[in-house]
Amino acid sequence: MKDSLFARNPSVLIFLGLLAAFVAAVTVLGEGVGMGLISTSFVKTLGKTLCLCLIAIAMDLVWGYTGILSLGHFAFFGLGGYMIGMWLMYARTETIVAASLAQAEIPPTPQEIRDAIGTQIFGVVGGSDFPAIWAFAHSLPLQLALVVLVPGLLALVFGWLAFRSRVTGVYLSILTQAMTLALSLYLFQNDSGLRGNNGLSGLQNIPGAADVPQSLLSIWFFWGSAAALALGYVIAAFVVSGKFGSVIRGIRDDEARVRFLGYSVESYKLFVFTLTAVIAGIAGALYYPQAGIINPAEMAPIASIYLAVWVAIGGRGRLYGAVIGAGVVSLLSTWFTGGQVPDLPLGIYTIKWVDWWQVLLGLGFVLVTLFAPKGIGGLFDLVSGRRAPARHGADLGPDTGSFREKEAEQ
Amino acid sequence: MTALLEVSGVSVSFDGFRAINNLSFEIGHAELRAIIGPNGAGKTTFMDIVTGKTRPDSGRVLWGERSVSLLKMSESQIARAGVGRKFQRPTVFEDQSVFDNLLMALRKDRAPWKVLAYRQSAEDRARVAELADEIGLGDQLHRKSGELSHGQKQWLEIGMLLAQEPRLLLVDEPAAGMTLAEREHTTDLLKEAAKTRAVVVVEHDMDFVRRLDCKVTVLHEGSVLAEGSLDHVTKNQQVIDVYLGR
Repeated sequence: MKDSLFARNPSVLIFLGLLAAFVAAVTVLGEGVGMGLISTSFVKTLGKTLCLCLIAIAMDLVWGYTGILSLGHFAFFGLGGYMIGMWLMYARTETIVAASLAQAEIPPTPQEIRDAIGTQIFGVVGGSDFPAIWAFAHSLPLQLALVVLVPGLLALVFGWLAFRSRVTGVYLSILTQAMTLALSLYLFQNDSGLRGNNGLSGLQNIPGAADVPQSLLSIWFFWGSAAALALGYVIAAFVVSGKFGSVIRGIRDDEARVRFLGYSVESYKLFVFTLTAVIAGIAGALYYPQAGIINPAEMAPIASIYLAVWVAIGGRGRLYGAVIGAGVVSLLSTWFTGGQVPDLPLGIYTIKWVDWWQVLLGLGFVLVTLFAPKGIGGLFDLVSGRRAPARHGADLGPDTGSFREKEAEQ
Repeated sequence: MTALLEVSGVSVSFDGFRAINNLSFEIGHAELRAIIGPNGAGKTTFMDIVTGKTRPDSGRVLWGERSVSLLKMSESQIARAGVGRKFQRPTVFEDQSVFDNLLMALRKDRAPWKVLAYRQSAEDRARVAELADEIGLGDQLHRKSGELSHGQKQWLEIGMLLAQEPRLLLVDEPAAGMTLAEREHTTDLLKEAAKTRAVVVVEHDMDFVRRLDCKVTVLHEGSVLAEGSLDHVTKNQQVIDVYLGR
């Protein structure tokens, strides 16, 4: 079919093919079902990286395509993680508590079990009662629904208020950043109901799968993350490829003009903002069981700024650019901050990469912004022959953004 | 009511400056009208008010057979009601092809989920091709509109307006920066459009207005100074004083 999604976006099929090959390679080389050349912890790192690629796609949709520089998408990511973490922690504690109480002479009542779980989970913040927000923690389906609903509703309400007031540009960025900061500060409090700065831990232990070794669990989560990334990529490609994509790119380039075409710009922004928040929530729900722990520091504004840096380095406005940016930069970051990179002795001063990585990243960001605004993804234009004329900063056309005929036809 | 758009007693001021002062204006269903006036006469502000970009301090703006007020509607609602606007500078989506620009403007359901589920039909493609021929861009459909010349961008924008199928077209200085041949083509496009809908052209260039051969409204300091044929208004002493005499 000439008009099908894949025909119009050959990059989708290429991406899915590469992802499948990558998953197959890791599976074969990994510990769980394969030869064991890749350690379980590295499989987890790769699985987490896939989740970061997924949230990068969300960021690219909202920033690269719609032009909303949100500095709050890690809040949605974290919320997704908290929602799944609540069930993981509750169900896991329940099995432990039930096992230990089973030794008692009188069988425990359900209330006793629930109290014991509460003491186990909230003892660390000096409590034992379940806060109201844990009401659904016993049920996996309900918490899974919350993974989608909580970030989605927060984005819907926040976006509705912000877009309705026509807050745009840097002011919107500041507003989103304030939202994620407020949320993280709130969660830092012990009485927030989510164990304050301790966060939720032990998330790598999947209830009901106690006999399954971590090596196998890690590969399951790796597969799950890859499937979510593939699905997210296809959905994002569908959203940006048709007329909807035209409209949101129009909003990015000239919001007022889209309005005068009769499109309700606010509804479109709200739609994209909410959709990407949901994607971010799902990515977070897959990430944190692999990380094992989540705490409010994960939602600090800096995390969302890193997200923007990944997408900028990878290449805004193209989905594979976002994936490449998140993958490359977060893996490099793991490598540099993991202390595995040899120090660089300069005679009088030794560069320790653990300390200097952020400087390197910052420098990379500045250089990409200055010299390669299309990011790493822009390299693919060299292959496919798409290119922008070298203008050296001069405005060549009668209007900004216009090409001279001769140049454009080359 | 026979008028398509009726503006009555509208005033608006910015920081104490009266941009529009008790302005009244009417246009019929299929009429071509030129608005002229010196700089600061309120021509662009008038368009801003009709399209919902600026809210007037007082006055009424009534639209259509049922005389609905445009003042309570948002820009996008007004556009959907049938008011199309062309800006002074050509504003097309330069990063997208001529085809995509026109397709986006086609009169279709504008709700996000409808647009998301939208699939191009053969009719839509044919309609886009037809529009492109009309504006002289038939062979440029798959070029990025950023690559077009200034005049071609102006036509593309007029094409996008026609694709919207508005009942009223507001056109701000369409001939600015065009060559003589391009101007003639633009005049033809506007005259053709005015056969089936109302077209309001704001223009500085007297030759262009003469070629349009239509009723002229002269604005001065935010209100109507004179109205009638071009020959009629150019003989008006007041008009000569404030505008032509300079």
